[in-house]
Amino acid sequence: MAKQVKLNVGIEDNLEEITLEIPESTPRPWDGQADLKYVSKRVPRVDGEAKTTGRAKYTFDIQLPGMLYGKFLRSQYPAAVIRKIDTSKAENYPGVKAIIPVQEKLPMIVRFAGQEILAVAAETRHQAEEAVKLIDVTYDVRKFVVNKEAAMEKSAPIVFDTNVEEKSAENKPGEESGSIEQKSNIRGPRVTPRDGTPDKVDAALAGSDATVEATFRTQVQTHSPMETHGVVAHWTAEDKLKCYASTQGVFHVRDELANTFSLPKSNVQVITKFMGGGFGAKLSMSIAGFMAAKLARKANRPVRLMLDRKEEHLCVGNRPDSVQTLRIGAKKDGKLTGIKLISYGTAGVGTGAGTSGPARNIYQYDEFYAEESDIFTNAGPGAAFRAPGHPQGAFALEQAIDELAHKLNIDPLEFRLLNTKHNDVRQVQLKIAAEKSNWKKRNPRPGADSGPIKRGIGIANSVWYYFYGQNFQVSTRVFSDGSVQVTNGVQDIGTGITTVIASVAAEELGLKPSDIVVSIGDSEYGFGPSSGGSVTTGGISPAVRDSAYLAKMRMFEIAAPLLETTPENLVAADGKIFLKTDPAKNLSWNDVAKKIPGDNFITIGERKQDYFQPKIRTIHGVHVIEVAVDTETGVVKPERVFAVHDCGRSMNLLTTESQINGGIIQGLSYALYEDRLLDRNTGIMVNPNFEYYKIAGSMDIPEIKSVILNVSYGHNSTGAIGIGEPATVATAGALANAIYNAIGVRLRELPMTPDKVLRALEMRKGAES
Amino acid sequence: MDHPKNKKTNETNPKGISRRGFLKGLGVTSIGVAAAPKSELLAKLEKTPSPNGKLLGKDAVIITLEVNGKSLQVEVEPRFTLAEVLRDHLNLTGTKIGCERGACGACTVIMNGVTVNSCMTLAVDAIGQKIETIEGLEKDGHLSKLQESFIEHDGMQCGFCTPGMIMSAKDLLDKNPHPTREEAQEATAGNLCRCGTYPKVFEAIVAAGK
Repeated sequence: MAKQVKLNVGIEDNLEEITLEIPESTPRPWDGQADLKYVSKRVPRVDGEAKTTGRAKYTFDIQLPGMLYGKFLRSQYPAAVIRKIDTSKAENYPGVKAIIPVQEKLPMIVRFAGQEILAVAAETRHQAEEAVKLIDVTYDVRKFVVNKEAAMEKSAPIVFDTNVEEKSAENKPGEESGSIEQKSNIRGPRVTPRDGTPDKVDAALAGSDATVEATFRTQVQTHSPMETHGVVAHWTAEDKLKCYASTQGVFHVRDELANTFSLPKSNVQVITKFMGGGFGAKLSMSIAGFMAAKLARKANRPVRLMLDRKEEHLCVGNRPDSVQTLRIGAKKDGKLTGIKLISYGTAGVGTGAGTSGPARNIYQYDEFYAEESDIFTNAGPGAAFRAPGHPQGAFALEQAIDELAHKLNIDPLEFRLLNTKHNDVRQVQLKIAAEKSNWKKRNPRPGADSGPIKRGIGIANSVWYYFYGQNFQVSTRVFSDGSVQVTNGVQDIGTGITTVIASVAAEELGLKPSDIVVSIGDSEYGFGPSSGGSVTTGGISPAVRDSAYLAKMRMFEIAAPLLETTPENLVAADGKIFLKTDPAKNLSWNDVAKKIPGDNFITIGERKQDYFQPKIRTIHGVHVIEVAVDTETGVVKPERVFAVHDCGRSMNLLTTESQINGGIIQGLSYALYEDRLLDRNTGIMVNPNFEYYKIAGSMDIPEIKSVILNVSYGHNSTGAIGIGEPATVATAGALANAIYNAIGVRLRELPMTPDKVLRALEMRKGAES
Repeated sequence: MDHPKNKKTNETNPKGISRRGFLKGLGVTSIGVAAAPKSELLAKLEKTPSPNGKLLGKDAVIITLEVNGKSLQVEVEPRFTLAEVLRDHLNLTGTKIGCERGACGACTVIMNGVTVNSCMTLAVDAIGQKIETIEGLEKDGHLSKLQESFIEHDGMQCGFCTPGMIMSAKDLLDKNPHPTREEAQEATAGNLCRCGTYPKVFEAIVAAGK
């Protein structure tokens, strides 16, 4: 049965009425006029106490009786064939309980330094570490290549002698996956058929009044979550596996384990109660999960296998690097004619170095064409990393756009407004940025500041896409004492989904978020999404609300006869159920709950397809960054960041703000400090730590102000869309544009370290004299 | 089951002396290690006084640590760090380990009123010191004002760095009850947060001082 509802939808207060048909069993979607008490407000994390007292147990903290410690032996060579492994000394070492090679039969091919060879489980972690050192491996060392330009040469050592299939877990919108050509170390170019052709884009560029052509380079960034990858595997019966995993996808890891060990899904349980950061690298269980479970089975004891910091840098993912050559053009009036992107990069032994998302999806243009290639090198595999391909793509595109605007003497913000007229949300965001940031106070002429410290302001756009996933089941259980439990298997990777679930359920039931017990992070609960692609909040929250709505209806059915009315006349608020027309006629939530037959009831909300597809399927952001550049030392200091973002309806402004802060700070860190360095002579990473692999620390943090737009479409019951990824896309590009505004020189290579700033300044001086 | 942690263990590296314990015992006089004959070194090692006045060799010893006002006995090998003893032997897993090199601050605890990286502190060097960990901040079932402020201002995302952040913040507030944002930044300069939640950490610390 369906019902009709009227909604007022749009951007902030600019609303229009729509009529929508929705299932009888679902609540009227929250629209632009929804008056809410907890949702879209600033609700502190319901698990804040666990996290601030040290009581929160991460996978890293799990200790089980009889638990063994696992440790990998990793290849010290970037390319080799292993002919022989002698474990005899290690087997006799005190405490060693199991040694299992990653590959059962030799020879084994090694393709990067740090590749797993075998794993040991011992009574203590020291014993496991010592035992690993006693293993003799006979390597037949081969030639290797870690530099991608060298890897593209004809004479380069070949990383893979067979074709590699795409195995990256990236979310890329609407891209057809066809077979991609692979020649020696070059896989590609990948061309997206629905884009135009090179001839057409060349013609469009030839007909432009101004063009910009430039090459941009970005580095490899490692995810570096504070909690490393790892699991604690425990066989609770011969055919039953329980696994605590530091993962972004308990159901995905469950499937991987079930497949690997030929177990029914029902016999594998994956638990992630607290998770110390993932950023894309923890979507899959990684080889640690597989090996821990094997060791545990062999030793018949639980096995903990957590990576150390060095292993985390080497082996479990990174953001691939890139070299992007962009040609863009525009007419005198500022209208973009064409964008042509030729890009390649290396994800080491992995794939996924494409960068075309921003170039394809932000602006309106007449013609577009992109070629993207993966270059295989003897380095650790890339993995999905917060907005795969996008920060690197936006770094290139947004600088090229800036440069083109300058060539045409158009204000760069104005230029962006001109070319995004198809997108109402972006238009609003750019206008807010123009008014509320210090944009208008920037140097009219780049590099105009006198004195050695030069200040500048830059802008850039972000883009991501609305994904959500389907068929998730959330259950709401109301007990006869009035307590409420909301359950779904989804994991909280730090975004605050636990608090969102509590707030959405509380809002619907007329209770407080602290009244709701949220049980998540367990594959034995209802199906939930993997947290990748910014899908979690948009995927889960409608099912939470729908299940809570059904629970409320059950409570109304119980309350109606007691209040001598019918269910449709009742509302729930402030812990009471009362007559819409006469709030004085009420019963407390707990009194109604007492009448629940038996002990409790359960309602299930299912995430189905949205009622319709929102008009705008992208999500956006604009960053305006103010920077101070010391032209004597080359040090770049971001001083202020102004960000405007949208994520449908934010479910919690407090935690959304935190995610935006985090996206910006990771973006600044990427732009200024981070760089995975491989020694080209040995193929070994020289900075696998936090002293020389720099990530932003407290002293590097600028003042950040963000505006979160409320965009309502009415496409499902909550209207939530994710924010994790769009928050980090624009930052590096905006900062590069700010540096240009400060010193009048473009930095086209990341990270923008002092040496590069000084070199750029020298080159300009050379050109001027 | 004979749990390994309860067992007196003789496990060491094959050379017989753990590297950390060895260098520790040698102290600042270790210049020229490579040239000196082994027996001479061992003789020197045996003469070097250890922190509690007793030679700490390769074997495990029972020590007493004062953690959060409680005296706790624990058997440790001299090479064990304070972080691993707190976590693996005393079940105080609030203290995290992020890098094991003193670079990330996840393992920050307060020792005699000074923050230390417990991953860079040997457990035997913590004998007789007053150690405060995140578990000690809650008093009589009540969160400290600092913890409440972290919750209210959302000074955390994944939460893995949070205990270390809070310990650095506590040390600041103990010495400077009304810090500015800049002082909060400096106090947490040794604590990395990959979620990038620093702005709200500063807010939480400043608010806790008001």
